[in-house]
Amino acid sequence: MTSANHEGGARQRASLPLWVTASIKTLGSIAVTMLGLVFITFIIGRVMPIDPVLAIVGERASQSTYDAVYYQLGLDKPVIVQFGYYVWDVMRGDFGMSLLNARPVAEDIARVFPATLELATLGVCFGIVLGVPLGVVAAVRKGSWIDQLARVVALVGYSMPIFWLGLMGLLVFYGILGWVGGPGRVGIFYEDVVPSVTGMILVDSILDRNWTVLKDAFSHIVLPASLLGYYSLAYISRMTRSFMLEQMSAEYITTARVKGMSEWDVVWKHAFRNIRVQLITVIALSYAGLLEGSVLTEIIFSWPGIGSYITTALLSADMNAVLGGTVVVGLIFILLNIFSDLLYKVFDPRAR
Amino acid sequence: MMEPLLDVEDLWVRFPTRQGVFDAVRGVSFTLGRERLGIVGESGSGKSMTGRAILRLIRPPGMVEAKQISLGGVNLMDKTEKEMRAVRGQRISMVMQDPKFSLNPVMTIGDQIIEAYRQHNRASKADAYAKALEMLEAVSIRDPDRVMRAYPHEMSGGMGQRIMIAMMLIPNPEILIADEPTSALDVSVQRQVLDIMDKLVKDRGMGLIFISHDLNLVADFCDRVLIMYAGRIVEICEADKLSEAKHPYTRGLLNSLPRLDAPRDHLEVLQRDPAWSEAPSVSGRL
Repeated sequence: MTSANHEGGARQRASLPLWVTASIKTLGSIAVTMLGLVFITFIIGRVMPIDPVLAIVGERASQSTYDAVYYQLGLDKPVIVQFGYYVWDVMRGDFGMSLLNARPVAEDIARVFPATLELATLGVCFGIVLGVPLGVVAAVRKGSWIDQLARVVALVGYSMPIFWLGLMGLLVFYGILGWVGGPGRVGIFYEDVVPSVTGMILVDSILDRNWTVLKDAFSHIVLPASLLGYYSLAYISRMTRSFMLEQMSAEYITTARVKGMSEWDVVWKHAFRNIRVQLITVIALSYAGLLEGSVLTEIIFSWPGIGSYITTALLSADMNAVLGGTVVVGLIFILLNIFSDLLYKVFDPRAR
Repeated sequence: MMEPLLDVEDLWVRFPTRQGVFDAVRGVSFTLGRERLGIVGESGSGKSMTGRAILRLIRPPGMVEAKQISLGGVNLMDKTEKEMRAVRGQRISMVMQDPKFSLNPVMTIGDQIIEAYRQHNRASKADAYAKALEMLEAVSIRDPDRVMRAYPHEMSGGMGQRIMIAMMLIPNPEILIADEPTSALDVSVQRQVLDIMDKLVKDRGMGLIFISHDLNLVADFCDRVLIMYAGRIVEICEADKLSEAKHPYTRGLLNSLPRLDAPRDHLEVLQRDPAWSEAPSVSGRL
């Protein structure tokens, strides 16, 4: 009887299309990872030596006010129930109120995250567009002047403190040459000119067809984005170089040469196709790192991003904001991982 | 004797190292007609380097020097890298040891074969596809349509090597260099792959350079055998007269092999004589 049921179940499951089971698996793994992440932030919130009630009502509140808030926060319930409430809140996108400005944390994050997203995306594009070809050429012309140049560029990228480069960049390109806009996302004349749709000024100004604002916003973002991009360039170009070196000594490269292919085709049609999967990992990591927000860059360029938001919240013990930010950053990492897993399957037949 | 397909005279392959220049191939000379020429030797004897040097595929800092490597009367040593690309694949091709590594893992087999064809022939995609199918059938691949869409990791070693042969013969070259083409294969499929290769080479009137460390296989399969030692040719013989070879190295190799028809209690261990590597290379030019 039971065995018959089992068989029936198995048959039904087997009849589901492959992509459905794959999607269910993916969603399941996102859910489990997210639950783990939320659990950790919940624990952090509880073990921090900050009384959440006091943080809201203040030191001089009466006992009755204190108790009212205590019950309102559900702190009288068992911890597991509190966790349940917390998960429910997070699922609805409710990270609680910021203690600093008494606004919903979710709203604050929705405001600062697009700024970081814009900066990080432009930065990582810069890193990819320059870093990948530089790494490939350095590998193909190993030991040549261009390889040495790539090495120096990467070394400088790794070792220069970003605040110094940032300040020098501002001094030279903004202060002396006047080629780019200064700190901030747009000049003060253009603030709040375009309606905020996505929160990313570049996109919003395109949607609004306001080319003046677009131009101004671009001149503001180009310096911090290239600065961040420079760091991912350093990383991406070094990794590309070593992946390519490994592939160029592979036997199928000899096969391609035996066929009579040009060196350009050998490099790009054969070797490069084989490093795409590894490259995706590197780029995803690099991008995730940038999306976490670069505190120093954001501070130097007065960029209201998530990095400086979380840091300010942490320094003022605004735990709801810190935890909300942590969940969002964690979610980004998870999503980027899933996305790169999907790309693996596109680029590597062996992973299908 | 017909005009040889390939005439190699005084071929050297050198690699600069910290300890000075290392000569992997030292003054090798031979000709190749429409025949099956075996090159036998142990690891490091320079046999693979000889094959790659003919295609000028030794990468810097390695250097190839020769009085001539003449293909149909034209010296390949005088050609530029770009001119060499028209020779590779189209006139001289090469099958390597292990299809697991010599096929590109992320490209379909069809794309790789079509690419080899279109590199040297102006053909539409459809024509090239048809040509590739035909070639796969010629190497006894069943269900070639499916194989065209498959990736190398889905193939067995024997199939992989037959695909490799199809890919290398599709531009219709005059010479095929087979560098240990069966060493990575199971014994049971070695013969099958060799037979296919043999038939194609014979039907097309090609010259074959068969590089191997397997004396018996070479004696069985080839017409003429060059025996290499330390970058030089120490002896040349007709394949069917290999058992009458005179050079002590060849004799030593033969004596170290077990034989079914003449079992012995002890197999000889090869005693090397330093004089072998000093003796001048024997010329295999006809």
